[in-house]
Amino acid sequence: MSYPLLHLRNARLIDPSQGIDGRLDLFLADGRVAGVGQAPAGFTAQRRIEASGLIACPGLVDLSARLGGIEAELQAAVAGGVTSLACPPDSKPPLDEPGLVERLVRRSDMLGLARVYPIGALTQELAGRRLAEMNGLARAGCIAFSQAKCPIIDTQLLLRAMQYAATFGYAVRLRPQEHFLAREGVAHDGEVASRLGLTGIPVSAETVAISTALQLAGETGVRLHLSRLSSAAGVKLIRAARRAGVPVSCDVAIHHLHLSEVDIGYFDSNARLDPPLRSQNDREALRTAVGDGLAAICSDHTPVDADGKQLPFAEATPGATGLELLLPLTLLWSEQTKLPLTVALARITSDPATILGIDAGSLAVGCPADICLFDPDQLWQVTPGGLRSQGKNTPFLGREIKGRVRMTLIGGRIVYEA
Amino acid sequence: MRNPQLNANGELTHLLSIEGLPREVITHILDTASSFLKVSHRDVKKVPLLRGKSVFNVFFENSTRTRTTFEIAAKRLSADVINLDVTRSSTAKGETLLDTVDNLVAMHADMFVVRHAASGAPHLIADHLHRLGRRDVHVVNAGDGRHAHPTQGLLDMYTIRHYKKDFNDLVVAVVGDILHSRVARSDLHALTTLGAAELRAVGPQTLLPTAIEKMGVRVCHDLRAGLRDCDVIIMLRLQNERMNGALLPSAREYFSCYGLTPAMLALAKPDAIVMHPGPMNRGVEIDSDVADGPQAVILPQVTFGIAVRMAVMGILAGN
Amino acid sequence: MPTIDLPDAEAQCSELAELIRPHLRSDTVLVGIHSGGVWVARRLCERLALNKEIGLIDVSFYRDDYSERGLHPRVKPSSIPFDVEGRPLILVDDVLYTGRTTRAAINELFDYGRPASIQLAVLADRGRRQLPICADYCPWRVALDPSQELILSTNDDGRLQWSVAENA
Repeated sequence: MSYPLLHLRNARLIDPSQGIDGRLDLFLADGRVAGVGQAPAGFTAQRRIEASGLIACPGLVDLSARLGGIEAELQAAVAGGVTSLACPPDSKPPLDEPGLVERLVRRSDMLGLARVYPIGALTQELAGRRLAEMNGLARAGCIAFSQAKCPIIDTQLLLRAMQYAATFGYAVRLRPQEHFLAREGVAHDGEVASRLGLTGIPVSAETVAISTALQLAGETGVRLHLSRLSSAAGVKLIRAARRAGVPVSCDVAIHHLHLSEVDIGYFDSNARLDPPLRSQNDREALRTAVGDGLAAICSDHTPVDADGKQLPFAEATPGATGLELLLPLTLLWSEQTKLPLTVALARITSDPATILGIDAGSLAVGCPADICLFDPDQLWQVTPGGLRSQGKNTPFLGREIKGRVRMTLIGGRIVYEA
Repeated sequence: MRNPQLNANGELTHLLSIEGLPREVITHILDTASSFLKVSHRDVKKVPLLRGKSVFNVFFENSTRTRTTFEIAAKRLSADVINLDVTRSSTAKGETLLDTVDNLVAMHADMFVVRHAASGAPHLIADHLHRLGRRDVHVVNAGDGRHAHPTQGLLDMYTIRHYKKDFNDLVVAVVGDILHSRVARSDLHALTTLGAAELRAVGPQTLLPTAIEKMGVRVCHDLRAGLRDCDVIIMLRLQNERMNGALLPSAREYFSCYGLTPAMLALAKPDAIVMHPGPMNRGVEIDSDVADGPQAVILPQVTFGIAVRMAVMGILAGN
Repeated sequence: MPTIDLPDAEAQCSELAELIRPHLRSDTVLVGIHSGGVWVARRLCERLALNKEIGLIDVSFYRDDYSERGLHPRVKPSSIPFDVEGRPLILVDDVLYTGRTTRAAINELFDYGRPASIQLAVLADRGRRQLPICADYCPWRVALDPSQELILSTNDDGRLQWSVAENA
């Protein structure tokens, strides 16, 4: 494959990994960044991209995006400026066989859209009974192991899974939710669920699971990442663990930075999320945790078809589409909390790349030329027709949001242009 | 956010929940019900109000009792009533809730009376009709999950007003399984809107919803404290499946702690009334001597229920 | 717009009573239609010294404009405290106009039983009937524009009085 020599001109470059926020041109060669601010010696651009008024940042790195129909979702990814994404193992069938992982990697490589990093199943069929072939899965391309939203009820097996993963230095990602406490629950166990007569999931379902995971991680030395925190109490536990030196990382889904239980309104099934939207207090704590860098942000992209949402709240499939909203909702959060863009964008670029341990999220010289070019002021309305993802399900449907991707490059190639 | 129960003129177009209903709307329904109550005393117990209209009783959850009261009410309004027991037919064939609704709308339904095991199902139907632009089709919630049973709430208010005239100084205790009770939620919203002086929720912590105090309720775990100087006692049915040991050790222990016996009733005001949405579990939540005693108004509740349902249907179908 | 002198409604009640008196039978009962008809029926009952309670009827549940206008917001219970079966009834209303209210009231009365006869007494007949209905007793025939509404009300002393309102 040949790569054109590209010169990206007049953009405001924001690269949190280098602490850059300024008018700097980018020079790309061989699919990588060849120069920042000044062209390398002897560089003659084959194509110039005029980008004045736009922001250029590293392509977004999404810690969790479910793919369903892979091509449409990867189109959605690049339309949202996402150039690398981790795919949880709860696909159908689950990613518990090296062959399945190889096929996914091959298929996504062929498409040449966003780079896909599979997360392998920690246990066979995600059933929480027998360990999956982690070594084989890793060789097939898995970069970490998780149970997605399936629990391991048997705590001893969880311990074994962590021990085994630690043996090979694999990272383990857990969605902290204690199975029995969350049983049949569909919403935060609080005022709104009580009023609407919905079965609640108490905060203790999260804190009990976090405590368990932290203790087992401490015992096994496994690299632990906790996915999609939902509560202030959960944040507090992780903060304490980090202070005590436990190498745990975590993330928060973008929806949880903006919404709370109140947004369920009159049983809006688009607000049926997993974990549930919790109280406004919890939301504030999550905002703080992300603001100060304790947690990264993920889209938790979960396309659900209309049939899965046009059901009574409790029967609706949880999840929301997110790849195309990750950037504008992160910008909105940064605007509301008055955090500089270098900090806000770190949560969806360099931070998740570090957590995943992948070569992404930076535009330093030598890094892959994965770039998101966006207009920070362009307003657009979230409509089913406007979303490329097959999942049109989002609590933000109908809302007007700011910030639109104009161009996405992966390895120096333009894969999306609007 | 659009109030899904009211049309653009602020008139009631669906009855989905008592929460969010203005006080005047509730009072209007109760006043209209008292006119319908008189109709039930005549030789010809029918009025021609809904002549030519089709009311579909769509029960996704079995309840012969509630369905019958709606059927009587609709028939006394001269509507054509079609009963659909959806528990057996469509859902078994994989038809979704909204498929069923679309089919019935195509059959020119004017009103749906919906009972469903999932909280919010009637909202989903009302929302769907709104999207279809069918402002002429009305939805009455006949009980959805744990969420609401608004006609029961209204008939309870009718009963209380009948015996107590005014809500302002009333102390009302709701006793039992509030966690799983849509009746309790509807009653509490209605009593709050109508301005009852004090509301008490009485039961063990396993049967009370989280943060119920936020609904303006005082929580009492002790039945004696809960009943002291009450004007109105609303007993709730304890479903058999709740007594399997996960929430309560046994029916016997429940009755000994929370059962309404004559001795317990004596703690309330001498003219206190005892209500129950039925069907009762005698010897579990209520002693027979109380259920059949002079302070029980459980049968009048049933009579008032027909008139209240006539009023609700009569008002909705005209808006 | 025709302006008219409005007569004394109380005097009209006495006039109406005299029109009815020669035709009274011992078992005749009066039924007033809410709300004006009830006021008139009460006065007739007193002036004719009837010892039977009058019936009250609210035709909201029988109106033919329900589909367009919905249920009347202030429905009053009907109350017929006697057996209708085989009795001569005099239906009393304040104003006879299209005839639709009278039709609804007759329908409702038949749901209480089969009366021997129903006669109609009104204080005012403003014509423009839409149904084949006429008053048996009426002291005042008056022509008004359809945009005008003839209203009977009680003043602070409890006396009946007429007024005319212009509807936009």
